[in-house]
Order: sequence, then structure tokens, then C-alpha cells
Amino acid sequence: MFLSCADPSLLDGLNWLACYLTTGKHFDFYWSFVTVLVLLAVTAPTALAFGFGGAMLARSQHLPLRIIGKGYTAMVRGVPDIVFFLFFVIALDQGIEWAVHQVRCPDWTDPIRNGLEFRVCPQAKVPNNSAAQVWHSLYGFALAVVTFALVFGAFAANVIYGAMQAVPHTQLETAEAYGMSPRQVFHRVLVPQMWVFALPGLSNLWLILIKATPLLFLLGVQDIVYWARELGGMKTGAFDYPHPDWRLYYFLFLLVFYLCMTKLSEVYLNRLQNHLSRGQATAAGEAQRKGIA
Amino acid sequence: MSCLQTIADYGLRSMGVGERLLPRGDFTLCQQFTLIGSGMLWNIYFGVLALAFGFFFANALALAKASRQPAFRKPAEWFIFIFRGSPLFIQFFLAYEALVLLPRGGIEIFGMTAEVSWLSRAWAGALIVLFLNTAAYSAEIFYGALRSIPKGDLEAADAYGMTGWARFARVQWPTMLRLAWPAYTNEAIFLFHATTLVFFSGFPAFAQKGDALYYASYFVDKTFNPFIPYPIVAFYFIVLTMGLIGLFGLINRRLNRHLPSNERSRVKLRPQIIR
Repeated sequence: MFLSCADPSLLDGLNWLACYLTTGKHFDFYWSFVTVLVLLAVTAPTALAFGFGGAMLARSQHLPLRIIGKGYTAMVRGVPDIVFFLFFVIALDQGIEWAVHQVRCPDWTDPIRNGLEFRVCPQAKVPNNSAAQVWHSLYGFALAVVTFALVFGAFAANVIYGAMQAVPHTQLETAEAYGMSPRQVFHRVLVPQMWVFALPGLSNLWLILIKATPLLFLLGVQDIVYWARELGGMKTGAFDYPHPDWRLYYFLFLLVFYLCMTKLSEVYLNRLQNHLSRGQATAAGEAQRKGIA
Repeated sequence: MSCLQTIADYGLRSMGVGERLLPRGDFTLCQQFTLIGSGMLWNIYFGVLALAFGFFFANALALAKASRQPAFRKPAEWFIFIFRGSPLFIQFFLAYEALVLLPRGGIEIFGMTAEVSWLSRAWAGALIVLFLNTAAYSAEIFYGALRSIPKGDLEAADAYGMTGWARFARVQWPTMLRLAWPAYTNEAIFLFHATTLVFFSGFPAFAQKGDALYYASYFVDKTFNPFIPYPIVAFYFIVLTMGLIGLFGLINRRLNRHLPSNERSRVKLRPQIIR
């Protein structure tokens, strides 16, 4: 990075530290924070969409759809989420390869699941064996995003379903009395009022989602936990920047990072809650109305 | 090999009893059920002990957070924020790295050498982290309940001339527990779920003595087939969750026994407090 860093063995003190913290590997470490933020930015809306869909299914008039919706929301209740994380990544990967295999190699005769192996034809490998490393990483990341969205979508579906039930029934009946169709009631009355009931639960979920991001490490993505272990481990004299075991400090740094994320989110979500409560028929909305009047 | 034989060999494998080598190939369903079930012993061990110790600490923390004295309130607030605001996964890593740094030879205290290397083993180190973690989460629940004790209850206690300890032990504390119980049930369930993280974080499994998920992922690594071991883990955890709900429901009934049936708080499972 800096010119003075050309020969690390001559450095000492702060210079050494400045050069140490700007090595290529450290930039990979800093980039992995971006990975985490991207994961959050992509997963949150996707999970919300999944949750919305799940809640709508669970409220559906048709029994089969309702069963699917309820099953999806019930999925996360009794089983640790990490089991889903480990399960979905492999299951999705194998499912995709199996589907591609059916399309591309219809005349393949060998069994796919042969004893201890899962073997599809070479053309069905996703991504292709010859593809660049970038695609493999991107594919891994995409699998992680879908997995996170599936699991957190189920949590969100729980919250949104509860919020939809919490909207006062008289509101919906009034809308019907005005001659609105079920669709209109849903879009114009139910959904706008639902958010204020859903927000406490969704804020909670967002905080949980932030705290679930280190699990990326278990899914094989090179995330901040991976780099903290990698960089913090003891480096002998064979390395440019030898140092003893510093993993403790790296993990302390991660801890502080997560605490800051949590604090920031809490402040912002409180503001959002205040904003959404405006004009609502809830205690908070009433308090605001009286404060203004 | 019959299934009974397998159970005899591997039923307590996670505790180091029985066959030393894990099964290598041709995994039967019985082997998977037995070994994963034996791993559940660890999950139950961590969950039960962390909950039991954490309950008392959580009560103290909640009282400290509700205290008017900043000397009590501030440390409690910080403790709860740090443990609730950061991922359990990172806490495990951090604790492990910190505990490994302790001197190998032990620490000298007043001329006595205290052995400390056991602290970096999962059974102790991870238990400490889980204990502190659940204490922080439960303390927040108890604190919330403490603040939502009906005013009338406290006024009634005052009217009877109750003060100090009697007021706390006979009015405040039982009401707090009753109000907090549904949320605390959730906390207990998700604490048990969180115990699956232990052997995936820094803590190594010695001699392949691991928890349910450890053995499940062992099978998945060997067979590359996630469709059997993970559902087995899921099955065990659903059974465990149902058992917990039943047990905590009984306690909830007892806590609510003086109330008319329409005012009782029900235990409702909500994914509010996983880490």
C-alpha cells in the first residue's frame, strides 16, 4: 500500500501497524464486511417478501394453500435455525444440480445417489467445472442468501401473520360496508394498518438477522469470521508480519462491530416506529395526537 | 449388527462410553438415530445447566437494571446490551480465544496453583458463555415484566403494610415471574436451539464427543446426503421443544393458579429471541 512498506522487517511501532493493517489480506478482510452488509441488504427484502407470501398463504381461503402457509411458518418453531442453514445449502445445491441433470443429460444411466456419492453428469455441475473462481464464490453466496431468506422468511411470516390478525376487525368490516371488494380491503385497509403492528416483531427480526450473519462462515463463505481467524492466527517468522496469536483482538473488533450495528439499528427503528404510529388507532398514535393537540 | 447392539455401542458415545471409533460406512438408520440421540445429551446438558444457573443471575440482573442506583443499573445495562447485542457465535469464539490464552500451568492465587486448562474445554467454557448469554436475555424479559407489574398490586401491598423483602418476595417477584413466564419459555426453547452452535464455534470436540448437530454433520460429510441426518436432528429437537413447552406450561399453570381462567397468560411460541 504505502511505499515505506516495501520491507516490513525494518519497520517498528505505528509504522509497522499501519503497514500491517493495509496488506492485501487485510483488504480482503475489510471487503468481507461489505459482503456481510450486502447479505443484509439483499436478504432483508427477500425475507420480507417470503414472509409476506407465507402470511398470505396462511390466511388463504383454500385449504391446501393454507396448509402450505401454516407449515412454512411452523417450520422454524421447533428446530434450531442452524440446522436449516446447514441443510438448505446442501439440499438446494443438490436439488439444482439434479434438476439441471434431468434436463441436460436425459440418457445418463448411472444412479445419481450411488452409495456414499452424489454424482451428476459433468454438464450438470453448477457452476461449471471450468467456470472462473468468481462464479463459484458468487454461487456460494447466492445459495447462502436464498437459505437466509427462506429461514428468515418463515420468521417474518409468523410476525406478519400475527400483525394481520391484530388489525381491528371493525376496520375491515367498515371497509366491506363501504362496498370494497376483498382485494381492495386487503390493499387499502389491511396492509397499510398492518405495518405498525408488525414493526416491533420485524425490528426484532432485523436484529436477529444481523446477529445471524456470522453463520455465513458455516456456509463456506469467506466472511468476517473466516478472515478474523485467518489473520489473527499466530504468524511465524516465515511471514512478512510475524505476530503472536491475535485472534482475541480480531474477535473483539468483530464484537464491537456487531454492537455498533445493533445500536444504530435500534436508534433508527425507534424513529421508524414513531413515524409509523402517526395517526394510528394505537396507544402510541393516541399519545402523539394528544401531544400535538 | 442388530439395532440393540448399536444402541449399546453408541448410545453414550458422546460421553466417551462405548465403541471408540465412529461408524465408517454403510450407515444404518439405527446408527444415525443412536449417535445423534447420544449427541442430544450434550444439548440437554448445556441447556439445563445454563438455564438453571442463568435463572438466578437473570433475577439479580433484572433487579439491578430496575434499580435507581446508577452503580447497580449501569453495569447491568451494559452487560445486557453486550450479550444481547452481539452474536452468540462471536461470543463463543471470543470466549474460546480468551480462555486459551490463560496460562497452561495454572494461576497462582495466595500460593495455591489453580488449574485453569479445563476452562477452555467445551463442557466448561461453552457452558459459561451460554450461562451469561441466557442470563442477559432472561434479565431483559424479567426487567420488562418487573416494569409491567400492575400498579394496583403494589398499592395493595403497601396498604397491607408490606415493605422491603416481604413486599418483594410475596408480591413483586411472583407477579414478575408470572408475567415473564411465556416469554421466558421462549427463551428456554431458543437457548436449547443455541446449544447446537457450541461445537461449530471455537470449541473443539475432543475424541469426537460432540452434540447432536456435530454427529449429524459428520454423517452428512461422509454420505453427502443431508436428507436423513438433519431431519433426525429436527425430530429430536421438536420432541425436546414439546417436552419443554409441556414442562413450562405446568409451571405457568401453577404461577397463574389464583387467577380466573380468562385472565391467565398463555404460553405462546414466538421466534422472538433467538441469537
